[in-house]
Amino acid sequence: MNRHLISAADLSRDDALLILDTAEELARMSDRPIKKLPTLRGRTVVNLFFEDSTRTRISFEAAAKRLSADVINFSAKGSSVGKGESLKDTALTLEAMGADAVVIRHVASGAPHRLAGWIRGHVINAGDGMHEHPTQALLDAFTIRRRLGLQPGAGASGGIGRRAAGRGGSRTGGARTGGGARTGGGGLDGVRVTIVGDVLHSRVARSNIALLNILGAEVTLVAPPTLLPIAVDGWSCEVSYDLDAVLPKSDVIMMLRVQQERMTAAYFPSVREYSRRYGLDAGRMAMLPEHAIVMHPGPMNRGVEIAAEVADSPRSTIVEQVANGVSIRMAVLYLLLGGAELSGEAR
Amino acid sequence: MEDTVNGAAGTWLLRNVTLPGGQRTDLLLHDGGIAEAGSRLTAAGAQVLDAGGLIALPGLVDLHTHLREPGREDAETIETGTRAAALGGYTAVHAMANTEPVADTAGVVEQVWRLGREAGHCDVQPVGAVTLGLGGTRLAELGAMADSAARVRVFSDDGRCVSDPLLMRRALEYVKAFDGVIAQHAQEPRLTEDAQMNEGAVSGRLGLSGWPAVAEEAIIARDCLLAAHVGSALHVCHVSTAGSVEIIRWAKSKGWRVTAEVTPHHLLLTDELAEDYDPVYKVNPPLRTAADVEGLRAGLADGTIDCVATDHAPHPAEAKDTEWADAAFGMTGLEIALRAVQQAMVETGLLDWAGVADRMSVRPAVIGRLSGHGILPAAGSPANLTLYDPAAAPEPVDPAAHASKSRNSPFRGVPLPGQVVATFLRGTATVLDGKATS
Repeated sequence: MNRHLISAADLSRDDALLILDTAEELARMSDRPIKKLPTLRGRTVVNLFFEDSTRTRISFEAAAKRLSADVINFSAKGSSVGKGESLKDTALTLEAMGADAVVIRHVASGAPHRLAGWIRGHVINAGDGMHEHPTQALLDAFTIRRRLGLQPGAGASGGIGRRAAGRGGSRTGGARTGGGARTGGGGLDGVRVTIVGDVLHSRVARSNIALLNILGAEVTLVAPPTLLPIAVDGWSCEVSYDLDAVLPKSDVIMMLRVQQERMTAAYFPSVREYSRRYGLDAGRMAMLPEHAIVMHPGPMNRGVEIAAEVADSPRSTIVEQVANGVSIRMAVLYLLLGGAELSGEAR
Repeated sequence: MEDTVNGAAGTWLLRNVTLPGGQRTDLLLHDGGIAEAGSRLTAAGAQVLDAGGLIALPGLVDLHTHLREPGREDAETIETGTRAAALGGYTAVHAMANTEPVADTAGVVEQVWRLGREAGHCDVQPVGAVTLGLGGTRLAELGAMADSAARVRVFSDDGRCVSDPLLMRRALEYVKAFDGVIAQHAQEPRLTEDAQMNEGAVSGRLGLSGWPAVAEEAIIARDCLLAAHVGSALHVCHVSTAGSVEIIRWAKSKGWRVTAEVTPHHLLLTDELAEDYDPVYKVNPPLRTAADVEGLRAGLADGTIDCVATDHAPHPAEAKDTEWADAAFGMTGLEIALRAVQQAMVETGLLDWAGVADRMSVRPAVIGRLSGHGILPAAGSPANLTLYDPAAAPEPVDPAAHASKSRNSPFRGVPLPGQVVATFLRGTATVLDGKATS
């Protein structure tokens, strides 16, 4: 594992599988009456949110608390431009208060990169501008794996047990070796994922494309040409402007939120036209293969990119995604913070 | 007799300099001019500088410098900026108008001009704003600035584009009365709203709003046509794309009065540097692709791009120690420009030293309507000279050692060849042994 989780693109396949498998195990613990693990007792996790996002912040908070970490929530609305202290000064303040990890959500792409240069603690990206949202991609991959019945890696069970029980320095190596041995297992090899909507401005899309590629999935983007990056032909995915043509060839369909501000900036003529061409309604859902699932990172615009009957259908994984988010974030905190303490090595 | 009692001023005998064309000669500097050129000169009382291996370039002229004074003396002052310029081999710089207050009146341009003279490190030629307060709606009093003691001939809203086509037409027409030139910052504003970096593969990956090449090229094309229509002179600031070079090449082929500049950073650096979101690489226009760098170098080599201009844009640390989107645009450049040009153009065989003298001194002086600068060293020419050692081993650039008040150099830690050994302004050494004399 890297020291920080800033970009899904930085993960190796083994790292990604390790996180998914660890989350699988932690999810099982969430079903127990006592959900709490003592792993991160005495460690401090700061949720540094410069952008409103109640759901992501609560998810990280729940994850950290279930691992017994102390959690400090720091919300600073808007960007730091011209008002209040700079991100750097905020970072140095948190550092002085002994933050072991900082979970950062920021409107500026790259803010977590900058933060990682200023503090010693671990940095976890909870969404930066239009760049990345790696834990969302991880929880999406986790959800796909569960819902499509793909097997977790062979080494998953016992991963945590080994870590918790052992005392020597070899466990990290052991876990990695395990990962290497199960290369090809537990991934999303060959799964056809279609991502629909505002790819241009979407950090969820960027992280998902990166991680899905790492895990072996085949990604297709569907969007009006105005909402695709100009150099998208260099990305490792297919691009289509025709949702109906892609639906029958999709195992997973991931709908992106249409941001309010796009609706008035000439990216498309009207919300209704967008909805007609790129929205997922019941008729379109019927074109999907039997086993296909429908995902959405939330919050949804019902009636715009997704019809209510689709969002509430059994194919929809939207509520599961939220629950899985806690497990994934626990796994990330556990692997970034817990491993160092257990093995006594600087990570 | 030779002695060294006169300090930086007085009579100088430069032994064995290499002229831009390659010939070796001695130069005797006296009374602000080059009194003699030839071999084995002698002069009683002259200070002697052994210049074997050094190239004597005509003192460099920068068409595009932000000295920040008045208003942002925390970033740079005329004193620190011109000292940095002298250390970079410059004897004249054009001070851009986007100060606070804006240089849009005779009063402000005269103040800048006078402060430059008092500092004495190099000549400061103020650039006047095209529009009042850089507001883009009303012409500033261009004639008053032209008639002032500062004798302004170059007008620019640099930092902003004169995007209104009618206003641009009028400005081009109006300055014909006093042989002025409009230096345009070519940036279509609607196409670059919230733009953060070059629009391309890297911006798409990093999630930073794109600044497309077409936003520069569309304005350049329009302005070339306008300049042709009214028969006036257009200068294009900081050309950054290969497409812009093609448009300018076409305009020049028509015989239109269009000139252009390129910065040292656009000749060497690409948008890949944004990868870690370090805003030291944030600049406007943005760093482009390797193909653009290649096009710009070719354009400078064949003369389509007339000159190198630094766009020296100092910023205090806090303006760059931030998130990319919040950071200021701009890079320092005065102290490394010549070395960067050696790296980009000479080491690659695209320009020889005569070419460097032309692109960094002769042509910018002509475009800026500067008298006394941009004249090749010869008997009778002004003693504005830069002695440069091209064989100095490449040294990593250390912004902390710069005379500029600001540290935002994108070449931090990058080894660049060459060294400015001495600079003479009208026969007085402003730099000796690579150090400022005052």
